[in-house]
Formats: sequence, structure tokens, C-alpha cells
Amino acid sequence: MTTVLEDWRALVWRHLLHLRRMPDKLVSATVLPMVFVVLFGVLFGSAISIPNGDYREFIMAGIFTQVMITAVPNTAIGTLEDLGNGLVDRFRSLPMTPSAVLVGRTVGDTALRAVTCVAMTAVGLLIGWRIDSGVGAALAGFGILLLFGFTMAWVGALLGMKVRSPEAAASMPSVLLMPLMFLSSAYIPLGGLPGWLRAIAEWNPISAVAGALRELWGNPAAAGDSFAARNPVPMALLWLALILAVVVPAAVRNYRTAATR
Amino acid sequence: MDHAIRAEGLRKRYGDNQAVDGVDLLVPAGTILGVLGPNGAGKTTTVRMLATLLPPDDGHAVVAGHDVTKDPKAVRAKIGLTGQYAAVDQRLTGRENLYLIGVLHRLGRRAAKARADGMIERFGLAEAADRLSRTYSGGMRRRLDLAASLLADPAVLFLDEPTTGLDPASRNDLWAMIRSEVAGGLTVLLTTQYLEEADQLADRVAVIDKGHVIADGTPDELKRKVGEERLDVTVAHAADAPAVAAALARATTVSPTVTPDGRTVSMTVPGGMLGIPTAMAALGEARVEIVDLAVRRPTLDDVFLALTGGARAMERSAA
Repeated sequence: MTTVLEDWRALVWRHLLHLRRMPDKLVSATVLPMVFVVLFGVLFGSAISIPNGDYREFIMAGIFTQVMITAVPNTAIGTLEDLGNGLVDRFRSLPMTPSAVLVGRTVGDTALRAVTCVAMTAVGLLIGWRIDSGVGAALAGFGILLLFGFTMAWVGALLGMKVRSPEAAASMPSVLLMPLMFLSSAYIPLGGLPGWLRAIAEWNPISAVAGALRELWGNPAAAGDSFAARNPVPMALLWLALILAVVVPAAVRNYRTAATR
Repeated sequence: MDHAIRAEGLRKRYGDNQAVDGVDLLVPAGTILGVLGPNGAGKTTTVRMLATLLPPDDGHAVVAGHDVTKDPKAVRAKIGLTGQYAAVDQRLTGRENLYLIGVLHRLGRRAAKARADGMIERFGLAEAADRLSRTYSGGMRRRLDLAASLLADPAVLFLDEPTTGLDPASRNDLWAMIRSEVAGGLTVLLTTQYLEEADQLADRVAVIDKGHVIADGTPDELKRKVGEERLDVTVAHAADAPAVAAALARATTVSPTVTPDGRTVSMTVPGGMLGIPTAMAALGEARVEIVDLAVRRPTLDDVFLALTGGARAMERSAA
């Protein structure tokens, strides 16, 4: 087990060095998310009102969730690049843990997402968003957010190995995830939806994550009577654990065979 | 004698393409085997199977004392692999690249650092060690790649077309490094498209075509099959080529071949250089317009033409 950890550590170290050496990547990972915060918070916030509070307070959790999803193609493209590089043959000819390359990529990308969160939080606080809970709950919220980012990074890694071209890696994740995103409580409270659609949206993992963030940060909730809507934190943890349990082994299995073309 | 590599009946198919079709290889420890063949002959697929990157469909192989399919991890601990493209991380420095490989070889962080520093010195990379490898020249990147492959003292080194894209000086450097490693007991399997490279480095050569080993022996044995010197006569008009071939055949009793473009007549020269005047005289009598005349050493194309009975010209146009 210690050797496995050592392999993971080494590959995470490699990815963090990469990030430090690609300042353009840091810029692209922070600027657009900050623009989203202003766009949704100030512009939409001034036009949309929700029953139980301020839309600006409500939407922050949604934007945080959205940014984690829109980063999925980056991980997919990065994973595809890793595989296309002769370096993977070297890694595969070493007596190392096969999961290490993917762990390095997903942890590295999650670290980048943490930087994104810091930038977004700063802009959010500037435009008047507030966390109305304790420090512990606030941090727990960011913990769930990053766990969601980590889970989405694994989804990206898996998709990156399933597709064969950078174009597909760039578009496929959005095709799969954006409908899920819109059919959730990320952007809107679900009260106005027809019953069946509302049930789907309430049990959607993205609603669970957005709901958990709102609960932990003391922001206005999307409201709802279902078990999922009333217990967003356990639901979010359950969903993320479930997705990781499926996606991580699938991704590692794909990595073992992906380069044997 | 101990065999560092023993492969029997290796097969691999990709869809309709039987890339490797029953390859047997035997490499005694401490020697270099050159695997010679054109693009698509199955060289890389064979190396990938031996280096545990690719499971064979059939057959089995023992590398450095371990079976590649039953115990790939034990094989990986004892091999180094340098593929066709320098497998270095371009966003890491040379030193960081080697350190990473050392850690992944489970040397421990401190030993990996020390070993990386040692390899930097040994491969003449001291000045560039702390620059990103992206800034390296092709030759330096290859040296770094080789250093990474040798870092953990492997018993067997696979070199898959290691000098592709290198200038002659870097190529000679690389050859010298490989020779000195073998002098230290390393076993090498080298794939190449160049007879000269196999000639310079290999103790034995296996010629591979369409997934089969079609000949093997020492470089000298192979070259004897082809003849030492070759004469190429290029005529101005393709229509004259058969007349030239006939004239040369009459004068020397060797039957020349005509290249696919129909303008160059190629043959071995019996008696080496001393046979040249006879050939020249025959050309004079043929009275055709000749644009080029060259005496050269055999190339892989010639080995192929000889081994496949001249029935098949290689697709490779640049010889």
C-alpha cells in the first residue's frame, strides 16, 4: 500500500509541476468562472426573483456546480493527450500502479479547480454573496464542492479514454452532462415544474450537490418535499460515492487496455 | 548459455491484420539482437508484447527470467524501454524526469534523486539538467530517454528504432552509449530499418517481414547472402533498362533487378570492386544514355530483395 501511495504522490507531484508551468491554464481556469459569477449574480440576479430569498444568494451554489461540470472536457482532453504521448508506454513498462497516471491527472485537475473556487469566492463576496453559517459548515461545503470536482474529473478521465479524438473529448462531456445540469436545481428552484419532471430533478445528483452547498452555506434552498430535497448533504455524499465507485474502476480498467491498440 | 529473451510462436492480430504471425526469438544474455524490417513488418508489435505492453494472442515469451503474461510486473522491474518517440515529459526538467522514473521504479525518493544525478553526469546532460526537456535538441532528448530506460539497471533493454530522426553525430553518440552498456552485461533487443545500424551494433540479426522472421544470423552472414558491393545504373529512358540489364547479365552472369520506377538497374558485383571494369565495358557496348552510376554497400532493400527472391520490392521508397 505504501508503494501505491508513493506512486500516486509522484504522479500528483508531476501534475502540480505542470500546472505551475502553464500560467495560461491558470488564467483560463479562473477568468471565465469569475465572469459567470458576475453574469449570473449581478445581471440575472437583478431580473429573477425566487420565493424564499435573493437569487444572487441562491445562484452561487449553482455556478460553483456548473463550473465543476464545464471543466470535465479539460480533464477528458488531458487524459487523451496523456495516452497519445509516448510517455504512457514508459509508464506502462514500469512496475508501477496502473491507477497512478489517472490519480495524478484527477488530483491535479482538482487542485486547479480549487484555485478556480478561490477566485469565484472572491468575486462572489465582492458582489454581495454571503455565507450565512459557521466556518466548519462553510468549509464542509467547499469540501463537498471539491469532492464533486474530483468525481467529475474521473468522469472526464473515463470519457477521455472512451473517445478517440480531441474534438470528441471536447464536446462529448457537455452533450452528456449539460442536459443533466439544466434538469436540476442548479439554476432554478423546482417548485414550478410538473410533478414527474420535478421528481427527476430533485433526485438528480447535481441537485443534491447544489442543495448540499446551499444548506451548508446557509443560502436559500430550492425547497421540495421529497427525501432527496430535504436531505441534500447525505444525498450528495451518497451520489458521489456511488459515481466514484463505478467510474474509478472503469477508468483504471480502460487505462490498462487503452494503450494496447 | 542463459537466454535473456526467449520468445516462441508470438502472434498478434489487429482486426484483419495479422501483425505478428509466429515470431520466435532467442537472445543470449549480454548480446544485442537486431530486429530488421520495413515499416509494418511487426517489429514494434513484437517489442510491445515482449515489454508487457500488449498481451500476445498466442505463443509465450520469457524476458529476464519471467513470463511476460504470467508475471508482467516482475518483467517490468527488469526491463527498460525506449520507443520510437522520446518518452520524456516535456514540461519537466531532465532531472525531474529521471527522478520521477526512479520513484516509480520504487527506488525510494532519496535514492531516486541520487540515481538521477548520476545518470545526468553519465549521459552528458549536466548543463541542461535543470531546463525543461521541451527545450532539448532531438539528440539530447534521446539521451535523456535512454538514461530513463537505464536508470534502474535493467537486465534487458528494448530499443525500438532508437535513432529515427537523429542527425549522424547524435546517432553515433547513441551507438557508443549502447555499446558501452552492453559491455557492462546488458542485453539489448534493437529494432531498426537500417542494415547499417544492425551491422554496427548487433551480434545477431533477425530479419522480419509480414510478421514472420524470414532470416537470422550474424550481420556478416546476412550480407554474404546479398553480396558485398552493389552497382546501380540509372538510364535516361525507362525503355533502355531491359537492354542494360541484359548486357550486364551477359557480361557478369548475375541477373540484375530493375527498380519499380523502371529506370534503375541494380545488381551485385561479382568479385567486388574488381568486377566493376567488366560491368563498365558491358555498359559501353549497350550504347544507351546513362544518367547516373553508383557503387554502394547493400541496404535493407537489397537484403529484402535477396531474401524474398526479388519477388517483392519494398514499399519504402527512401533507401
